[in-house]
Amino acid sequence: MSALVEIRDLWIEGRSDETWSPIINGASLSLNKGEVLGLIGESGAGKSTLGLAAMGFTRDGVRISKGTVLFDGVDLTLASASKKRELLGKRIAYVAQSAAASFNPAHKLMDQHTEGPVQHGVMSRAESVKDGIELYRRLRLPNPEEIGFRYPHQVSGGQLQRAMTAMAMSCRPDLIIFDEPTTALDVTTQIEVLASIRDIVEQFDTAAIYITHDLAVVAQMADRIKVLLKGDEVEDADTRTMLTHPKEDYTKSLWAVRAFERPQKPAVHTSATPVLSVQNVSAAYGKIAVLHDVSFDIHQGRTVAVVGESGSGKSTTARCITGLLPPSQGVIQFDGQSLPANYKQRNKDQLRQAQMIYQMADTALNPRKTVGEIIGRPVQFYMGLSGKQKRRRVEELLDEIEMPAAQYIDRLPSELSGGQKQRIGIARALAAEPKFIICDEVTSALDQLVAEGILKLLARLQDDLKLSYMFITHDLATVKAIADEVVVMKDGEVVEQGPKQDMFAPPHHPYTDLLLSSVPEMDPDWLTNLLNERGVDNIGDAAVDKMS
Amino acid sequence: MSTLPTLMLLLLGVAAGGWVLRFAGQKATGNAPVFRDMPFAVAFGYILGAGLLAFSVWYYFQPTLTEAGTPNAGVVFFRWAVQFFIVATIAAFLFRALGRTVGTQFSKKMFRQMPLTASFGVLVVIVYAFTAIFAAWLAPHGQEAIFAKVNVLPGGNAATGGDPLHPLGTDQIGRDLLSRLIYGAQNTVGIAFVTTCLAFFLGGSLGFLAATLQGWLDQVLSRAVDVLMAIPSLIFALLLMTIASAWAGSERWLLTVYMILIIAVIDSTRVFRLARAVGLNIVVMDYIEAAKLRGEGMTYLIFKEILPNATAPLLAEFGLRFCFVFLTIASLSFLGVGIQPPLADWGTMVRDSAQFINFAAFSPLTAALPLLAAGAIALLTVGVNFVVDWMLHRSSGLKE
Repeated sequence: MSALVEIRDLWIEGRSDETWSPIINGASLSLNKGEVLGLIGESGAGKSTLGLAAMGFTRDGVRISKGTVLFDGVDLTLASASKKRELLGKRIAYVAQSAAASFNPAHKLMDQHTEGPVQHGVMSRAESVKDGIELYRRLRLPNPEEIGFRYPHQVSGGQLQRAMTAMAMSCRPDLIIFDEPTTALDVTTQIEVLASIRDIVEQFDTAAIYITHDLAVVAQMADRIKVLLKGDEVEDADTRTMLTHPKEDYTKSLWAVRAFERPQKPAVHTSATPVLSVQNVSAAYGKIAVLHDVSFDIHQGRTVAVVGESGSGKSTTARCITGLLPPSQGVIQFDGQSLPANYKQRNKDQLRQAQMIYQMADTALNPRKTVGEIIGRPVQFYMGLSGKQKRRRVEELLDEIEMPAAQYIDRLPSELSGGQKQRIGIARALAAEPKFIICDEVTSALDQLVAEGILKLLARLQDDLKLSYMFITHDLATVKAIADEVVVMKDGEVVEQGPKQDMFAPPHHPYTDLLLSSVPEMDPDWLTNLLNERGVDNIGDAAVDKMS
Repeated sequence: MSTLPTLMLLLLGVAAGGWVLRFAGQKATGNAPVFRDMPFAVAFGYILGAGLLAFSVWYYFQPTLTEAGTPNAGVVFFRWAVQFFIVATIAAFLFRALGRTVGTQFSKKMFRQMPLTASFGVLVVIVYAFTAIFAAWLAPHGQEAIFAKVNVLPGGNAATGGDPLHPLGTDQIGRDLLSRLIYGAQNTVGIAFVTTCLAFFLGGSLGFLAATLQGWLDQVLSRAVDVLMAIPSLIFALLLMTIASAWAGSERWLLTVYMILIIAVIDSTRVFRLARAVGLNIVVMDYIEAAKLRGEGMTYLIFKEILPNATAPLLAEFGLRFCFVFLTIASLSFLGVGIQPPLADWGTMVRDSAQFINFAAFSPLTAALPLLAAGAIALLTVGVNFVVDWMLHRSSGLKE
């Protein structure tokens, strides 16, 4: 049997600054009907480009310079526009990373769902609506009869991602390309989406290319894994072999990332004054209460991880601490002193002592300022240094975050990689010489290798400078790596808190248990076992509903 | 044959030509992607363009005099336009080539990425700026100097009613038109520039302030701007100018100051809207939150954090706004309430010689008199717009 997709010696180039530079260097792959291939690599490895090329498509400013992409015997690099129109959507479908950005907000889900089949003449509109409802049911969306008649903003992120998968399925394609479909989702939601994607791909015997940077996810989904590094293929093997016996050093380093864990610190004296103490804080946006009676302490040199799904109130707690959202009840104490509720009433020193590192380094650094200006401003503002002294201090700080000053001090944020930007964010916080730093999902937008580097840096800085961290995250691997104490939040309340070793050892609060068990593991049978354990109809939403 | 059937027939011919072009192209090149994926509309466009080009060439070489001895005005104006277009293209091309070889690394790179339209626009802006700044040295005569010969035609050829002393002719009271055009650049463009800067300072700072503080200040400012924008701007300006001329009395220069203020305030409303909209997108960024939490003051926030990120859209708007202000001033002068005589101003010049346009069919040179000043206005507007288009394209290309 000949392969469904056959890519031979494909070279792809991207245009930047008047020249063409290579993105993919001679990749080859073949995919049989019903097979799932996982493509993994860091950002910039060319995995999305290769995935799109399998549809014969390139983004603007990108071209295929050499090689062939055979889909069912048709060479897509040479096919005419009308021939491609016939194939795309009907026999090849695409599921994008951000369903929220990919759906047209002005049309109902079902109207967008039926567009493909009707255009391609596969089904009439009425048939397609019926089929859509059936697909929604198989993808375990709640209220399959009604959900299609809502607008994209009326359903949640995980549901939208499944609706998009249903849309891709609407013409029963032979090939679906999933471009990081679960990266933007919480662990608990991710499971639902993963399980439903896997089931439906199996049911219809569809071939799929699954692009992701999360190894544990790809282990659940793929039959075969291909590892890419900077446009070169590193390794290609079937999933079990790849997991147990990786050959190349790069693959091994990817596998090893999750092993980083800090040693447990001795318990704090109960008499010590905490650096930061959140006491019975409640807060509301307008009339909608989002935090209910939240209390926890953070001691010097300690990391408290605040864990929960999106909407659980983690970031709102941070906003209360920084004073952006004055709490409606309760107080925030710093070194035993109550802080004014609103940041505008706090003095310069109070502001200096508590700094923040943001999730999206892209929006946290002013794109028009150089690294030197970004880090230099707090140095000047709080420490009153200027001229040469200021520059020397900035260079020291750049040293601290392991970025050579001579090379980086005059660069703009756009000339840095994601991990480097995040390091600049850290340096800006350090420039204020604070006692306490809030880290808001600082690693969630980064690749695993880069994220590990950031975590190690933060750990070292904590040891050197006796910093205290409040670490907001939804990733439990990160918690395991860096936290001393854990606070689990749900719906604006603290459901459980305590030292890390207690949290990761049973017995758990049922919600903590759900979170813990939802973290994908490298074992390819993990998802199957988990679903069996929970009972197939009982995952995610349902499980949470039952408990609460 | 009447016009409509002829037009229909021509369209049909073009449509058939387009089909033939595509078909022949496919056969001749063995189905190359260019012809294979060519939509019919594109083929239609090629044939239509080729037809128009052929017609222009044919029309260009028609005689300028009819058999009866009267001038064929259409051909004359068409020739002028084509000649100007060719000269402008060559000038833009040479200018860009110059920019690519001379200058700093940065400017060389900029010129390499520049389309021809943008280099033409930059050239126009430079020439106008140069003329405006050095008007006193460039102009052969003073702007108020009156000569004996009135209504001398442009061209400088005595046989066609010109005078070598006045290459562009003189107006009804004998003032040299070339000198007045050059001084006009100083007056009209200079005043427009000052007005636009003022409008931007006013609208920009208030807009950013509204975006940063929000709340009641934003409400008050925005509603006030709404009220001002609800009144048609030219009518409003006319009304205010009438009042201002009563205040100014015989002090002519005071009226010019009033005009600058009035137009600046009216145009600042548009700038306010833009600055506020751009500012609102920027103030939600985390780096603004970081600066607020650092304890930075309002001035730092607006000028050091927000403004650098808003320069691209604001600069583009500056170009457009400058054109509008410039046209408003010319319109006001045309209506007699703008820049006051004897100061040279293009709007006034168009008004003074406007009736000559009626002679276009009999004497193209006479009709060229009002077209000179009007052309000066049009050329700057087009040039600035080319530059703005290019800047907008660049800034959007960089961001999204």
